[in-house]
Amino acid sequence: MEVLGLSLLLVVLFVGFGLLIGILFGFFGMGGSFLVTPALLVMGYPSTVAVGSGLAFVFGTSVIGALRHRDHGQVDYKLAVIMTVAMTIGIEAGKRVVFFLDSTGMADLIISVAYVGLLAAVGVFTLHDARQSDEAQSDGRTLADRVQSLEIPPMVTLRGDVRVSASIIFAIGLVIGVLSGFLGVGGGFLLMPAMMYGLGVPAAIAVGTDILQITISGAFGAFRYAQLGAVSLPVVAALLAGSALGARIGAGATKLVDEDAIKGYFAAMLLAGSVAVASKELGSAYGLEVLNTVSIVLIFGAAILVSGAVVLAAVCRLRGNKSGTWCRLTTS
Amino acid sequence: MVGFELFGGSMDAITTVGLVLGEAVALYVGYGVLASAVGATVLDTIGADTIGSDTTGGE
Repeated sequence: MEVLGLSLLLVVLFVGFGLLIGILFGFFGMGGSFLVTPALLVMGYPSTVAVGSGLAFVFGTSVIGALRHRDHGQVDYKLAVIMTVAMTIGIEAGKRVVFFLDSTGMADLIISVAYVGLLAAVGVFTLHDARQSDEAQSDGRTLADRVQSLEIPPMVTLRGDVRVSASIIFAIGLVIGVLSGFLGVGGGFLLMPAMMYGLGVPAAIAVGTDILQITISGAFGAFRYAQLGAVSLPVVAALLAGSALGARIGAGATKLVDEDAIKGYFAAMLLAGSVAVASKELGSAYGLEVLNTVSIVLIFGAAILVSGAVVLAAVCRLRGNKSGTWCRLTTS
Repeated sequence: MVGFELFGGSMDAITTVGLVLGEAVALYVGYGVLASAVGATVLDTIGADTIGSDTTGGE
């Protein structure tokens, strides 16, 4: 039996995977396409389709997130406009690199290697952030202070009385845009640290601005890939059906669970994603099917583990249970 | 000929992005209605305290 040109098993798989990703997106405000694109690569989709479909999925998921933030006043439109212009240019550059590499037959390898490095780097950073002390947190503010002290015109004042160089914002947006177009990621897991730790934007404003910006750049990225027929609508539709529900569950969990309690799991998921892509590449290079299986297990296992930890922690909090064996795992 | 092909590709791309946008909005509204309808029942089933009155994300 087929639905939307996919087997029923695949549809169930994509909806379930979308649900897990939606929980992560709703809870952390990031964590969408950097799992989807590697998963599609691992499942054998061509790199251009994996990246294009990843961007289209990010667009759809961020629309849902943006709708939720719309009335909460958690958006700095000045910051969003500068970031959007810079990222749009960056995405175009990243996309051209992907199609150039595709013409040389090296796209799959290079995108996979870049994923391994980026996921590992952000995973290590997040793990470090999860373990850092108050003293280390003051270092983060110092970084933002240093960036804000750079008087490179034009200077702009953002919400939260943050005064920073528009040129620096543009440069950050450009780099993240190139990565977004190249890897098919929305940029949330790069934008959030950049805005909070780099520019010193308050967390709530960073989340709202981030999601609005990802909506716009995701639409542009999806459009450019769709022009080349590199978006699989059935895959995106199935993933969105799950993520829309998951995003509600994840957003609800933020009212109950301390993000820092889960951050270690999130870092582990990023690192698992990095190992999964590396495993898949090695499996393909040496013809070892077992490594491909390991890769799939790691990607789906990590998403299940972290989203499960979020839901479990929320349920434990709802029931006022902090002493049970499972609850202690998520609240300690 | 090239221009026509580009136009066709752009129209297909606009349709693709429009379909994704339409599905996202429909899902947002649909799940919102669902959360309003069964959210309280789900929380009762979990055995929630009063602190969790809006954890299904209903608007």
